[in-house]
Amino acid sequence: MFYREAGQFKATYAADQAIFPILQDKIGIAIILAIAFGVIPAFASDYFLSSLMLPFLVFSLAALGLNILLGYCGQLSLGTGAFMACGAFFAYKITTAFPELNIIFVFLLAGAGTAAVGVFFGLPSLRIKGFYLAVATLAAQFFLIWMFNKVDWWTNFSPSGVISAPPREVLPGFAVTGSSATPVDRYYFALGVVCVLALLAKNMVRSRIGRTWMAIRDMDIAAEIIGIRPMAAKLSAFAISSFYIGVAGALWAFVYTSSVEALAFDINRSFQVLFMVIIGGLGSILGSFLGAAFIVLLPIIINQAPAAVGIVMDTALLGHIEFMVLGALIIIILIAEPHGMARLWQIGKEKLRLWPFPH
Amino acid sequence: MNFKRLTALAVATVIGAGAFWASQPAVAQAEDEMFIPLMVYRTGPYAPNGIPLADAFQDYLKVLNERDGGINGVKMTWEECETQYNNDRGVECYERLKNNGPTGAAAFFPFSTGITYALIERATNDKIPVFSMGYGRADASDGRVFPYVFTSPTTYWAQADAMINYIAQQEGGYGDLDGKKIALVYHDSAYGKEPIKTLELLAEEHGFKLTLHPVSHPGLEQKSTWLQIGRRVKPDWTLMWGWGVMNATAIKEASAVGYPMDRFIGVWWSGSEVDVRPAGDQAIGYKAGNFHGVGQDFGVVQDILTHVYAKGQGTGPEDQVGEVLYNRGLINMFIITEAIRTAMGRYGDKALTGEQVRWGFENLNIDQATLERAGFDGMMKPIQLSCTDHEGGGQLLVQQWNGSEWEVVSDWIEPNGDLIRGLYEASAEQYANEKGIALDRCTS
Amino acid sequence: MIEALFITPFVEIAEYPYFFLEVLISGLLTGVMYSLVALGFVLIFKASGVFNFAQGIMVLFAALTVVGFMDYGAPAWLAIILTAVVMVGLAFGVERYVMRPLVNQDHIIMFMATIGLAYFLDGFGQTIWGSDVKSFAFDLPRDNYQLLDGEVFVNQLDLLGGVIAALLVGGLAIFFQKTKIGRALRAVADDHQAAMSVGIPLNQIWVIVWSVAGIVAIVAGIMWGAKVTVQFSLSLIALKALPVLILGGFTSIPGAIIGGLIIGAGEKIAENFWGPALGGAIEDWFAYVLALVFLLFRPQGLFGEKIIERV
Repeated sequence: MFYREAGQFKATYAADQAIFPILQDKIGIAIILAIAFGVIPAFASDYFLSSLMLPFLVFSLAALGLNILLGYCGQLSLGTGAFMACGAFFAYKITTAFPELNIIFVFLLAGAGTAAVGVFFGLPSLRIKGFYLAVATLAAQFFLIWMFNKVDWWTNFSPSGVISAPPREVLPGFAVTGSSATPVDRYYFALGVVCVLALLAKNMVRSRIGRTWMAIRDMDIAAEIIGIRPMAAKLSAFAISSFYIGVAGALWAFVYTSSVEALAFDINRSFQVLFMVIIGGLGSILGSFLGAAFIVLLPIIINQAPAAVGIVMDTALLGHIEFMVLGALIIIILIAEPHGMARLWQIGKEKLRLWPFPH
Repeated sequence: MNFKRLTALAVATVIGAGAFWASQPAVAQAEDEMFIPLMVYRTGPYAPNGIPLADAFQDYLKVLNERDGGINGVKMTWEECETQYNNDRGVECYERLKNNGPTGAAAFFPFSTGITYALIERATNDKIPVFSMGYGRADASDGRVFPYVFTSPTTYWAQADAMINYIAQQEGGYGDLDGKKIALVYHDSAYGKEPIKTLELLAEEHGFKLTLHPVSHPGLEQKSTWLQIGRRVKPDWTLMWGWGVMNATAIKEASAVGYPMDRFIGVWWSGSEVDVRPAGDQAIGYKAGNFHGVGQDFGVVQDILTHVYAKGQGTGPEDQVGEVLYNRGLINMFIITEAIRTAMGRYGDKALTGEQVRWGFENLNIDQATLERAGFDGMMKPIQLSCTDHEGGGQLLVQQWNGSEWEVVSDWIEPNGDLIRGLYEASAEQYANEKGIALDRCTS
Repeated sequence: MIEALFITPFVEIAEYPYFFLEVLISGLLTGVMYSLVALGFVLIFKASGVFNFAQGIMVLFAALTVVGFMDYGAPAWLAIILTAVVMVGLAFGVERYVMRPLVNQDHIIMFMATIGLAYFLDGFGQTIWGSDVKSFAFDLPRDNYQLLDGEVFVNQLDLLGGVIAALLVGGLAIFFQKTKIGRALRAVADDHQAAMSVGIPLNQIWVIVWSVAGIVAIVAGIMWGAKVTVQFSLSLIALKALPVLILGGFTSIPGAIIGGLIIGAGEKIAENFWGPALGGAIEDWFAYVLALVFLLFRPQGLFGEKIIERV
């Protein structure tokens, strides 16, 4: 009943190909955006904005990037952390070398640089597949982190190898990095970047390039036979995915933590983003957001839930329970719906469509 | 998955999230209670080191409340937050706890160099002191540039200098360092890299040759490093900036290549019982720096045993009381509570804000009488801080493991204060320059 | 820089042949220690196509359990047997609650599930056995044999690791080649459906294979636990086993050993002779780059089964 599309007629191709062809979707998205842009900044505490929403947004972007590569093009990569580090360190070098350059361009350039690195490390994908490729991307993971940690130039010769974000403004008076930026401004900036890039991604996967990726994912040999060039498809997926991940890394370093060392992007970060993509749903833009929300928020909620309901619990035990519950939930979700939370939403939509007459 | 279960799941999630949101505003507390946030790591790869520290924090606060009724009648309250020694969890903990209690958090002490770096700007902005005792950003000892960061009683740079001083003493004087070889084995992270610049400078000045041997996290596999040191470089002395499992492994591997243990000196984070016990007899003779005494023969430790453990309220196992990291946790809490006490002298006996506690830190003067009153006599040196000097001392002890306990084998070793201060100032001024911070805070 | 990378290391190798020999020997022995961990991955991948990321945690969990039972006063042999029982129990649990519900899912989903399992065991192990550092009450030999007039040291513990790994591989090879269960395992590895259609019970095979992997984890846990200490970080040893695994091929038991030897020797030589010029700590990524180079020539690893694709 809620999702009935009867009566919504498409009279033009344009209407048929709209991103959200159904009225209910349009309303839903409008409501979500209104909440994100209006309600949350107005009512949420600083803690909610800077410790929950910011990492959620940054991780959504990173998950989106990995989803393009893994979910749409089928190339398994465990180098996400290193590509985030590329974005962060490139952005740091660019913005300290050209302090006048607007931070948006800095981020775009950092993303472009990461894309180039991604393509380079994507080259083995032309020959290596599956888990073997995953472990090959680990070479990128370990090498890049080692390099950022080892070569002082990347940190402008800081004695400890930590970079801290210099104060930068997008528009005069709208500072988004550095200590003077308020959580609300940071939130708006991150939200803006994520919305624009998510829209772009949504359109990309519906276009020709997205369909070539999916053809490669579903069976690369068959795709090659029907005339898709695997090299162009795979490397473009690596490039665009790395671009997204690079921008996410720059956001992480500049807008979220404002100070970062190379080790913050270690292999665990790669796994974290991989979880998001798989739990959220492979090959789904919405899934990237759901997965990020799950992996970012769940540990924090588990950690605080007993205190919120008045149970005093030993910190260590709570820490262990957090791990156990997270692990168990990952398995339970995979068993319940191997295609991720995005698929659950889809099923839910189907049900809503028929409700209250399920047969 | 059927629809009913799905709906139930969704409803549960919404309720959970709602409860979570609602729980956010801290419950209003009485004015005569002062909130101390405890950032701890009781899980994860560094838990063995984090547990005794965390237990000591609570025990000291408990003994203050039990024995003295708090500080000047103001009771201490606290809440632990698990950071897993992980920078982003640390930031989350900071944001979660900073507004708790009637006046917000008194001071943060993350016991992680990485988290300290992540907090410096945030805390300065929020006007909450960050107390990084013997870790963190060394040049934050310059109070002109880092008004909210305190490194007392010593930093990695001062320690590196004091260790070279100790080596010079052993060799017969600074003149005898010429031509000697010193190796540095370090955790390849922000923490481990801190002393390199100081050591390089000293190497140039005194003519010894410094070789660097990074060990990547977590340091389970150090065969190459120790073959290099033990069989190739054969240095006269080896210094180690290690943490966690890296320490015990390094001691085992050093012994396996036959490196003499009494010429192997660890930083104070490489000199606790958990680092040497697993290595068994191989660790006998191993040395480590420290800035406080070890054992139970101190007034405060006895007080904790009688007022807390005897009543069955101890936080951890009783046999860890008096261990290196436990005593360090006590000293950490002692300095913070003394800063609060100092600040109360000016602002009155009530819960204080972070800004007021900062004033207490800058005017902190822990003299011999204070040490005796609080039972820290013999455990640490007096400390006096000022607006410019946030370190106040920098002395080092060298301790040696005899197979069952740590023995102090040196007098207090003074670092070269002028040299180190010059390094702090140069580095802090560069930071101030980058960030556009004026340097006249303490003069105007 | 060019000289430091392309000339100096070779000059040094020629100049210090004994040192090179010692690096080589210890590299080979360390590599075998990696193989011990890698073997567990191979066993499970071979029989079920699951890339079991939890193997590292299983190593830790096994070591913790052995130490834990010994702390309760059990002698070493009893502790090991009890631990083996625990690991078999774990295998049953995994089969029942993780593998069976996920049968026929994508590889990546199974991989993900094992990461979930890793998280679970991580928290579970620490809840039961605590997070502090432990060491074994029994002492494995740690002294050095001195060869060539004391110029070259060989560590007894590493040597023991090599011997145990060799025995283990030999035992596993016999188990796979000569026993009925072994044949069934190989049949399952080749083709799940064909194996089922000739009456091999898939679920039992999985239990067996996870149990064997658990027992391999006990061996690896004891050896690594004696080498470093038994604590949380031990699980990260899995990351050192991954390059061994890819280089040798996911499906080959001898491959795990050969891969271990190549990776171990390669990374130690690189670290000792090329590391100083590059700033040190290069062995982590060097192992992966080395594996990658091999993969570019043989995309299925040295001993992996040839990948045949049909449209």
